[in-house]
Formats: sequence, C-alpha cells, structure tokens
Amino acid sequence: MSAWTRVATPPETGVDFGPGHKILTSRTGRFTLRLELRTMLVCSVLAIAGIALALYALATGDFTLTLGEVVRTLLGQGSEQSELVVLTWRLPRVLMALLLGAALGASGAIFQSMTRNPLGSPDIIGFNTGAYTGALLVILVLGGGYLQVAVGALAGGLATAAMVYLLAYKRGSQGFRLIIVGIAFSAFLASVNTWLILRANLEEAMSAAIWGAGSLNAIGWEQGVPALLVTAVFFAAAAALAPRMKMMEMGDDAASALGIRVESSRLLLMVVGVGLTALATAAAGPIAFIALAAPQVARRLARTPGVRMAPAAVLGAVLLLASDLIAQRAFTDTALPVGVVTVSLGGAYLIWLLIREAKRQ
Amino acid sequence: MRGTTEQMNTNTTTVSTSPAGTLARTGTAPAPNPAPTAGRLSGHDLTLGYDQRVISKDLNVCVPDGSFTVIIGPNACGKSTLLRALSRLLKPSSGRVILDGKPIHSIPAKQVATRLGLLPQSSISPDGITVADLVARGRYPHQKILSRWSDDDEAATIEALRATNTTELSRRLVDELSGGQRQRVWVAMVLAQQTPLLLLDEPTTFLDIAHQIEIMELCRKLNRGSGHTIVAVLHDLNHACRYANHLIAMKDGAIIAEGAPAEIVTEKLVEEVFGLPCRIIQDPVSHTPLVIPLGHPEE
Repeated sequence: MSAWTRVATPPETGVDFGPGHKILTSRTGRFTLRLELRTMLVCSVLAIAGIALALYALATGDFTLTLGEVVRTLLGQGSEQSELVVLTWRLPRVLMALLLGAALGASGAIFQSMTRNPLGSPDIIGFNTGAYTGALLVILVLGGGYLQVAVGALAGGLATAAMVYLLAYKRGSQGFRLIIVGIAFSAFLASVNTWLILRANLEEAMSAAIWGAGSLNAIGWEQGVPALLVTAVFFAAAAALAPRMKMMEMGDDAASALGIRVESSRLLLMVVGVGLTALATAAAGPIAFIALAAPQVARRLARTPGVRMAPAAVLGAVLLLASDLIAQRAFTDTALPVGVVTVSLGGAYLIWLLIREAKRQ
Repeated sequence: MRGTTEQMNTNTTTVSTSPAGTLARTGTAPAPNPAPTAGRLSGHDLTLGYDQRVISKDLNVCVPDGSFTVIIGPNACGKSTLLRALSRLLKPSSGRVILDGKPIHSIPAKQVATRLGLLPQSSISPDGITVADLVARGRYPHQKILSRWSDDDEAATIEALRATNTTELSRRLVDELSGGQRQRVWVAMVLAQQTPLLLLDEPTTFLDIAHQIEIMELCRKLNRGSGHTIVAVLHDLNHACRYANHLIAMKDGAIIAEGAPAEIVTEKLVEEVFGLPCRIIQDPVSHTPLVIPLGHPEE
C-alpha cells in the first residue's frame, strides 16, 4: 500500500465524481485506478461477514469446537481429532459453499448485465434446467458416479446455452430475445426432466430428485479441488472481461463505437457465465435464486450503475454459505438440501421486489 | 504511415495540461469555410444493406477534413445506414471504408475508437449512473490495463464537461436530467474520447426546438473552435442549411447532391429529394438558404 498515494480530487480542479470516488495513483504515476468507495466498503463488509460465517460453520455442528481451536487447526496446530473434524469434514463444504456461491453470483451478474434485465439470470433462462437434464441422462440412462454426473451436468448446461444462443440469434443477439427463448427452452427441458424421472425406477428417481434439489452434502476434497482450479480460471477470465461488460451496458452501438468488439465479447462473457453456472450445478446440483438475487441486492447495497461482478460474487458466496448453514442446522434430525433454502430465500426476495415496485407506483 | 500518425497527433491534441495543472487550449481555429480537401474518412463503391435487403449500391463518399458535414434525405433513404458504415458499425457487403488510408475494418477496433467517435441513435444510460461517470466512460479506448485513470483521462473528461456546459451536472444522475441535458452529456461522453472525427446519428431527434439549437450550436463550436470534423445525420433541412458547411443529400440509397448548402440547396433539389414543393429564401439571420414548404395554401 505504501507505493500508492491517496489523491482526493477537490471538485474545483478535478472531475467531480461525487463523494463515492477515490483516485489512486502510484508514485511513478504509471498505475492509476479509479475506485468506487461504496462498492469497496460493501465488498469488505460482506467479506468479513463471510469469514465470520465460515468460522462459525467450522466450529459448530455435532461436535463443537471453540473459535481458538478452529483457528489453531487451520494454522496446522490442532489435535488429530479437530483436524479430522475441521479440515476433512467441514472445510471442503464451507469452501465449496463460498466458491460456488461466488460463481453463481458472478454468473448472474454477467447475464443480467448482458441482457440488461434483472430476470436475465442463468436459472431463469434455463441453463440450470439444462444442466439437470445432462445430469439426469447420466444418472438414469448411462449410469455413473459423482464425476460422470458432474461432466453430464456441465455438458448439459453448455449445450443448453448454445441452443438458446443460436435460437435467439438474429442479426446479433439481443437481451430480451435471449430471455424469452431461454424461458421457453427451460420449460421444454423441465418437461423432459419430468418425463425422464417418471420412466425411471424408484431408487434411481430418488437419487435424481436429491441431486435435483441442489445439495452440498456429498462434497469432500476430491470434488472440491478440481472445482476450485476450474473456477479460478473462470474468475480470472471474468475479471478480464469486467471493463467491457460495463461498457456494453450502454448499448451495442455505443460499446462498439468505444472500440469493443461486441459480438465476440458477448460470446466470451456467455462462455464464462455459463461455465460458472454449469460448474456450480455440476458440483452441487441446480441451486436456484443465488444468481438471480445476488447481483440485484449487491447493486442496491453498493449503489453502482448497472450490476457488477465483484459485489455480486461476494454476496453470492455469503448467501450460499448462510443458506447451507440454515439447511444443516434448521432441523436437528435431518439436513435439508441447500437448494430448498435458497428457493425459500428467493421467494422472500421476490416478495421484497414486488413490495418495492408497488411502493414506487 | 508516419505522416498519418503525425496528422492524428496534431488533431487530437486540442487539450493539454500545463505544469500548473490548469487547462490550456492549443487547438488552432480553422478557416470559417474550409474548402473540401481530401478527407481522412471516405467510402468507396459501398454496397450497404441488412441481410438480403440492399439499401445503397456503389456509393462513393468523402468527408472533407475540418468540415461540418450533414447528411439529409427522406426517411429510409439510407442516411443512417451510411453513417453506420462510415463508423464501421455496419460492414459493407462490398466496397471499402477508408480511414487514414487504410480499410477501417483492418484497423484494430480500439485504435479506430481513438480517431473516430460516434454518438449512436440508441444509447442506454445505465440505471443510477452519474454524469461524470458516464462521460468518463468515453475514455475507455485510451485506457490501458494498469492505468485505468490517468491525468490525460482526467483532463479530457474535464474538457468534455466544460465544452458541453455540463460541469455543473457532474454529480447528477443521468436519469434525472431533461432530454436536452442528457443529449449534451452523451455528446460530452463522445468528446471525452478525444477523436478528431465525430459522427452523430440524429443528435436532435426527440428534442424541443431550443435544445435542438443548443446541440447544433455546440456542434458548430466544436467544428470551428476545436477543429473537429463532424458528420451528422439530421432531419431538419433548415438546421442543416444553417449549420453545415458541407451537405450530402440522399434519396433511395444514392447521393443526389453534395456541396456547400448555398450552392446545392435549390427548390428543384428539395422537390427531387423530398418530393416537397417549396420556395427558398435567404435566412435573415444566418444568410443561408431557408426552405419554406408550399403545402396547399388556401386559395
């Protein structure tokens, strides 16, 4: 931080961006940044909340540890027993909840920004449903373990996205067409899914239904590590595309006038967005509403123009971890699939949205 | 190639920051009515259209450097299509658009965006964006990966806000502005791009008369004061006659006439292009042609 000097711009001489902006310049003046303070603040507060929740999740459960024990174990100085509980049992699940939540949040931000519509999230336009179709085909027709199901879900999500994109493509792809075609295709796939489950035997149908609810129950390190690596690649790509995404919110013409190749950027954004959703779905089943709600709630908290990836990702991570904690702890005798909790949260979110809109009018 | 770069530099450097941090204008004022010379931007044998529908065929056009060029013509005559082709938003099905001696589609998009700015017809202000934030986005083609907000960015944004008289609005939300203010802010966004060439697609449509004049005056100021070459598509023939120094009249995808308004705007031309019987008198204020439609006056 010492190489950076903080330059507050007084309105008389600089551009008056309002109170929420700070310009950071390195001493040499070669590296400069314009920061939105409120966005930084929201991200930091959410990150702290996420860490606090993670520590709580690591410490509590059937076997309760103190906070000190958890921290010592994380630093590699815990007892054998606490290592088993914290590092082997609980940590992968907590990390995956954060990671997949962030992936869903970022993916939602990408699609909502691209379609310029709060409904343009991957769970609404059918990519989740498509991933479920892929997983069902593997479970019911081909038969396979966790990895095969994950690959099936990934393939299903990507194939659905390709279909929706091609069907919605007309002299360039437009946001609203993408949503409408996505909803229609999603409805079609949902009936395919129902049909697949109906013709399966009871046992297979049960396991398919559990997968379909979205759950982090089965997650350990062997699923976590590959997911972590792939997500890291997608996040890097998403970060590189973020400035273009911001420009494309001003309309295709304005963005191309500013030197952005709109169609190829949109395709790249779609690949990253679909990749993030499909990855989360492959790892944990279709988890609804995080991608829908996180970008919008984050936008209202940070008051950014348009949706942004970073706050949406951090909020998504916190939301999914919180939902998973509720799913595990709400009833003492059974653990709910986390998808059930996110759907309930999503219902609450929609009610809030309706009340807000009603108040506006 | 070297000559081109030098020319570009002299044209773009209309603003510079002096050591004291204040802004100094170094742009030279061009002659009031520059003779149409060979232009940096031109189209050759263009065939333009969407999908299978051909709008223009074998179109040749040259934008004189330093001119305020206005393209006029009836609805659906292909004037916006031509502007889209010149700004490389539309790829011609045959023919080439040449910018600084090179086919525009062969120049990297970001590089084109430092020479040629466009105000499109349909732009979307993101919800909740402030004026300064929107104008600053015009700096995108100049920004590098690690330098997201340089002194040049700051200076160009200040100058763009000042030139469009929107400095006072910096902190306001774009959604809350009047139509005229909003259009000025969008022009500022394009100005922040600091391109010697400015293309405007119907910049005055949907504005009331006072705001239309305001935008036209601003364009003239940019053309004469800062030496921008301006190409605008306009609907209002009288505004075109008054403010442009180079007119391009189009009909059915073809260019019917080209030249200074006083030379080409005649009753015959207006009748031919718009199918509008009219009389032409001299505008008592600007001494440019003023088109008076005949209509069907009561006997």
